[in-house]
Order: sequence, then structure tokens, then C-alpha cells
Amino acid sequence: MAHFRKPEPGSWTEHFGLATSPVSYDDSISAEHYELERDAIFRKTWLNVGRVEQLPKRGSFFTKELDAAKTSVIVSRNGEGELRAWHNICRHRGNKLVWNDYPREETSGVCRQFTCKYHGWRYDLDGKLTFVQQEDEFFDLDKDKLGLAPVHVDVWEGFIFVTFEKDPQPLRDYMGRLGAGLEGYPFELMTQKHTYRAEVGSNWKLFIDAFAEFYHAPVLHAKQATSEESRKLQAVGYEALAYDIDGPHAVVSSWGGMSPPKDLEMVKPIERVLRSGLFGPWDGPDIGELPPGVNPAKHPAWGIDSFLFFPNFMLLVWKPNWYLTYHYWPTSYNTHIFETSLYFAPPKNAYERLQQELAVVTFKEYALQDGNTLEATQTMIESGAVTEFPLCDQEVLLRHLHTECRRRIAEHTDGRSSAPTPISAVS
Amino acid sequence: MAALPAPFAELDAYAEWILPSEKDRYAKRIASSMDELQAFYDAAFPRLQDGAEYLKSVDIEGISDEDRNLLWLFSSLVTVSFPVEVWRQARVPDSGAASVDVTVEPRP
Repeated sequence: MAHFRKPEPGSWTEHFGLATSPVSYDDSISAEHYELERDAIFRKTWLNVGRVEQLPKRGSFFTKELDAAKTSVIVSRNGEGELRAWHNICRHRGNKLVWNDYPREETSGVCRQFTCKYHGWRYDLDGKLTFVQQEDEFFDLDKDKLGLAPVHVDVWEGFIFVTFEKDPQPLRDYMGRLGAGLEGYPFELMTQKHTYRAEVGSNWKLFIDAFAEFYHAPVLHAKQATSEESRKLQAVGYEALAYDIDGPHAVVSSWGGMSPPKDLEMVKPIERVLRSGLFGPWDGPDIGELPPGVNPAKHPAWGIDSFLFFPNFMLLVWKPNWYLTYHYWPTSYNTHIFETSLYFAPPKNAYERLQQELAVVTFKEYALQDGNTLEATQTMIESGAVTEFPLCDQEVLLRHLHTECRRRIAEHTDGRSSAPTPISAVS
Repeated sequence: MAALPAPFAELDAYAEWILPSEKDRYAKRIASSMDELQAFYDAAFPRLQDGAEYLKSVDIEGISDEDRNLLWLFSSLVTVSFPVEVWRQARVPDSGAASVDVTVEPRP
């Protein structure tokens, strides 16, 4: 029986115009399909690569490895305090320009210029080539034409995005109605950051699937609640308060009674003492009125909103006034790097730091359970033993994600069919 | 010199759990037997309520070495609470070879 009302015609899935038939996961098990996703999705959309707090002053920079977009980028703040981004490649002979010790590892810091390790070519904070070692040995070298290869960079609510699209849609337009509804949330006040990283043996979409539905929560995470509470949760099952979809982006809005719980016996002993847990410290900071996009159903039992900004950026806003991000960076069709950052208001005292630690560590215990399930799923869908899978109405966001990815690939390959015949096919 | 503030001196016996990184706290948990985890929990948990009250009066800015040690000791208690209160084993069940590693964490 439904506890929360569904829209016409009686299901979220049909309401958003999606099919209700079983879904094929052949978009997650082949190198060929991944190549299409790289071109049709990761080289086309805006990608969130960080926050403005990572670039606090002139000359601050960080690098981001974007295997899915077949490149690495440098993002930096120039002498005027403006953001700049470039492909991380020296114009001389293609060495990766900024890296330390391990070329495939990301780095960050503050500098006055970028100097190539190979032959010492130097670029200023606007990407202009300023120094060439033994310049007079070169032929007709025009330094003005050899600046770093720029990448579009823009900021939404303090989140830094890049795109490799030649003529991109403005970022704010790209973020759409769901992005607009979050504008004004005080992300800039929540600067206490904990970041975790995992190499996961599954297709990137499978981990988004895992975090875009809570149908799994009463079962997979059963032991994280006390046993009586766990039995009740499983009997009731899971229903979201609301779902919304706008273009490629989506949100699931969920209840959450754990911050604080109605009955202290529902939670573990350490949570009772520290007044904190998965939903964060129970006594969060006062941040005033929330923007209209948060708790879209305006339900009193609201606990968390999980936004998926296409393709791989999730933003979770929690009732006790903190937020976290998930990023899923593909490295092959069946591997990806998962990154999550939890952001809190800076603790006023050491007790609040300890409360935040409990929230962070609880989250990590859940993520370890989620992460390991994915490898089990990946190996079995690759077996091809079963090719179609039924998705329920509480899995509407997964269905939408896979549908959107397929649609973009179809659009991309259609557009490409008029392209010149490849040389190999001519002879 | 005592590792912890005077009111918590009896926990000096568990000074090996004063670890400033979540990575090290988790590694020590995985490397410990359930008996070792239970012994630390049984000693530290009864002092957590007092510890919480004490830490409320400790500013993050300019925190002393002893107070910082107490924060990290109770942070280890947080890490150890999962095997003791929930899992009955050091590892998260069914987590196999999966690892999730901290790359950024605030340390006063």
C-alpha cells in the first residue's frame, strides 16, 4: 500500500513518460559502448571538477584526470582572480604539463607560472607561453600562437565545471529547473570537508543506480539499524516522498527520521551519546530558510534530497544542514573511480568535530557495503546469462539515467553518419 | 608527560589509539582482534559522555596537544563502535576487498 501519494497516472515512471518494460544492461558491459559514452556524453556535457574553495587565491590550481573525456585538465585562478582551465599538455611535444611524481595522479598547489618538466617551457596564469628554452634554435616560432589549449570553465553556486563542447550551452541553463531550485543554498558556509575515494570494479552507471534508489536500504543496510527497527523497516519497505526529472537531471526526495530519532532506542549507543549518525549531527547549524528546490514535497518527515546532475555529479542535501557530493569517473567500461566529499559548517568546538566524525565514518561503512555489491553485479551482468531486468517505480531515476545515456548516444551516432567515410574503409 | 587531559588519565593505557587520521584508525581496527576492540570500547565508551561535555569547552582554534589527543582517541572509539555495536567483526560484512580511502580530512 502506498504511504505517499503518487502523481497521475498512478506511477512516477509513467508520470515522467518513461517505459515500464524490463531494462537491458548491455550499456554497462562492453568497451564499445563505453567508447560511445566517452564521445557522446563525457566530451559533450558540463562536468563538475571541484569547488571554488579549492582555488582560494591568485595562482591556486588543481589538476583533474578525466579519462572518460580522454584528457587531463588544469584549473587555475589567474592574476585577476578569474578562473581559467586548459588541457594539461605542453605545446612543445605534448608532455603532461602539471604533475608530481606519478603522471596519472592529480595534484594541486599555488604557483606563479606553469613550467614543463621536459624542456622548461613556461606558461603564465593566463595560459600564455612566456619562455622557450633556446628559443633561437626553433624555426618561425610564434609564442603568441602557442598558449595552452583552453577548456570552457564556469561556476554554479561555487561548483566549478568544465566542458569540451565547442560551443556549450551556458552552465546555468544546463543546470535547469532543478539547479535553479537549489540556488541560494549556503554551500559556501560549509567548508569543513572530508573526501573519500575508491576504485570500484563496475560500470560507472551501476554505482549511480545504487545511490539513486533507496529501495535497497532496508535490506542491504539492515544491520545498521537496531534489530527491531530493522524488522519494521523491511516490513514497510521504502517509498520516496517525491521524484522529479528535468531534462537529463533528476532528484529523489526522501524521508528520514534519524536526526534526531523519535525514539533513542532506534539508534546505536554511540549515536545516542554523540547525537549524530548517518543523517549527520542532529543539532545542525541554523542556516535560515531553505531554497524552494529543497524538500520539494514540503513534507514534515523530509530527511534528504539526492540530486543527480547529468552525467556523473550527485548532490545530497540533508535535513540537519550539511551536504555531500558523489562523483563517478569512468576509467573503463567496468571500472570507475568513486569520489565523495562531505561538507559541514566548520565545528565550533572539538565536540562538534567528533559528531561530524561519527557522521563521516557511518557514511563510509554504508559505502563499503554499497561498493562491494557493485562488483558482484558487474560480473554477473557481464555473464549474459540474463539480459533483461525489471525495475520498479522506486527505481525510476535509474531507468531515466540509462534512457538518457542511450538517447544521447543515438543522437550522437545519427549526427555522425553523415561524416566522411573513414580512410580504412575506402581502399 | 601525560598523553590525555588529567580527567581522562586512565585512558592513557590506550594511547596507541591516539591516531590523527581516519585511515590509520580504520587500519588499526582491521588489524585488531575482536577482544582487543572490545577491551578498548569497554574502557573508553563509559567515559564518552564526560568526554563529549569536556570537548564542548575546547575550541578547535589553538587546541592543546592533550585535548587534540582526546579528540583522536574518541575518534578511534567512533571507528571501533561499528564492529563492537553492530558487526561483531572488524570488517564491514560482505565488503570483501572493497576499500574506501580518505584523501582529505580536517585536522586541527
